[in-house]
Amino acid sequence: MKACGRVNQLIYEFESRNGNKTLGSLKIENIRKSFGQVDVLKGIDLEVKDGEFVIFVGPSGCGKSTLLRVIAGLEDATSGDILIDGKKVNNTPPAKRGIAMVFQTYALYPHLSVRDNMGLGLKQAGKPSDEIKERIGIASNMLSLGDYLERRPAELSGGQRQRVAIGRAIVREPQLFLFDEPLSNLDAALRVNTRIEIARLHRQLKATMIYVTHDQVEAMTLADKIVVLNRGKIEQVGSPMELYNSPQTVFVAGFIGSPQMNLIDASKLGQSGAKTIGIRPEHIQVSKTSGEWKGSVIHVEHLGADTIIYLQTDFGPLTVRLFGEHNYDVDGVLYATPDAGRTYRFDNDGKIIKG
Amino acid sequence: MAKPTASPVRTGLVHLALIIYTLIALFPVFLTVINSFKDRSSIFRDPLGLPTPSTFSLIGYQTVLGQGDFVLYFQNSFIVTGVSIFFVLLFGAMAAFALSEYRFRGNTLMGLYLALGIMIPIRLGTVAILQGMVAAGLVNTLTALILVYTAQGLPLAVFILTEFMQTVSDDLKNAGRIDGLSEYSIFFRLVLPLVRPAMATVAVFTMIPIWNDLWFPLILAPSDATKTVTLGSQVFIGQFVTNWNAVLAALTLAIVPVLVLYLIFSRQLIRGITSGAVK
Repeated sequence: MKACGRVNQLIYEFESRNGNKTLGSLKIENIRKSFGQVDVLKGIDLEVKDGEFVIFVGPSGCGKSTLLRVIAGLEDATSGDILIDGKKVNNTPPAKRGIAMVFQTYALYPHLSVRDNMGLGLKQAGKPSDEIKERIGIASNMLSLGDYLERRPAELSGGQRQRVAIGRAIVREPQLFLFDEPLSNLDAALRVNTRIEIARLHRQLKATMIYVTHDQVEAMTLADKIVVLNRGKIEQVGSPMELYNSPQTVFVAGFIGSPQMNLIDASKLGQSGAKTIGIRPEHIQVSKTSGEWKGSVIHVEHLGADTIIYLQTDFGPLTVRLFGEHNYDVDGVLYATPDAGRTYRFDNDGKIIKG
Repeated sequence: MAKPTASPVRTGLVHLALIIYTLIALFPVFLTVINSFKDRSSIFRDPLGLPTPSTFSLIGYQTVLGQGDFVLYFQNSFIVTGVSIFFVLLFGAMAAFALSEYRFRGNTLMGLYLALGIMIPIRLGTVAILQGMVAAGLVNTLTALILVYTAQGLPLAVFILTEFMQTVSDDLKNAGRIDGLSEYSIFFRLVLPLVRPAMATVAVFTMIPIWNDLWFPLILAPSDATKTVTLGSQVFIGQFVTNWNAVLAALTLAIVPVLVLYLIFSRQLIRGITSGAVK
């Protein structure tokens, strides 16, 4: 708690020094990117407001990292415009875009101390050394890196390295923070801690952040707004709960939520007017005696808070998530009943059918 | 995790093989060094014997150093080798960085073209090189040798360094770009320190053939002012009489600088290897 108070004090200093500087908004207009014959981004339009935490999520190869690199200026878009704070930055080099980036592999300069790692960008920009020292002090206190400033990256643990990478971004006081899968090289426990830390930083810095991940848990827990990308196109943009409750496409329905939504071929259920029926595992009830769908238990996973049951039915596999502990025998017969109000129907193009 | 313990017999055999190899490799060097400290008659009477008080003689060294020019020959060798290594490393690393970092049309073709020199010995072009040097007025200058050796060393340097530069993480270079480093700073301040072990390897591979070369000094720069050590030693080898004392002394002296340079570079090599291992 004491440490927390001190941090708040530092944040206050940080903000007062920053004054009322507008933190960046971002606008992307019809961005396309091709590598030779391969189209990686096929026309992306997106608007990010001041101070928003936006997460790009999608499977490998969907173009999310490429999009981030285009925003950073590390890759040139084949066509389209990028506007940061209303200014077109298509031809602005990365260092002048008012951005900072945190990389998956930390990308710390191995031959420089933590202090020099954080200060290099400012030194390069010709800032006076007093100011550099002050900014490093604030950032390192925020991230409790004070004791490690003279160490080399090789002498730090993975979590500390990632904090240094975040610190290096903070000292630049950017309009836009870009995170490229920053947690995927950390182990599970550290990942949760760092996630909380990033969320806290976002609240305190009130900065605009864009974050790329393939992990939908990170996306759901951190984002104000999630952008789901698939094959170089935006599938849907919305708050985490919007995506969970009203997915617009089969892809989003299958991607958001864990375990994955059951997507059942409508024809096998004898339903007409739809191609696919979707029902989340948590919206299915089971009974040993009666129900809509009959299935045999293939496997049961006990997670303590949840029990996940995998059924084999006439129309294929079905996953059911029950809250609490339940005991069902493998190979036993169970009847599953979907929650009628929470099924989704998708047409031939994978779009949702309303109503 | 415990290492599987190798049987002592196996380890012993490995060591035996390595020791035998070392002895074979060092024997000529050893012979050269001991005989350089003996007088002429005992070199022939007992070539394998160590110098004893009765056979000990510095006559070879006196001849070599008394010749006066030898200091100059050493200096020439140093200049030629040093400058050539510098240029090979500089241009080789720059070309390798461009090939590994930038996507451009004909990238692979350019890489292959630059590597072609590994397969085609530069000596095949001796006549053309000599004509070129004559036309440029560079015969009997160290510049001629430096140019030739730089050209000779570049293909292998580009080839090895390109492979190594590809292993330097893209994120690191991109972090540098975001921090406002120019492409030159990224090359000199981020990439070069990371490929230092590879640079040391290239330096060793480049250095030894240059230092030992007799061909190009003989053809391009045989004047007394531009002789290298290897060429200089040849004055003691005559058609009818060879001054073995002087030849062996000159060769012994010629080993020393190479040994020193090798030690410097090999320490870099080892440092590079261990720093990678304890990441």
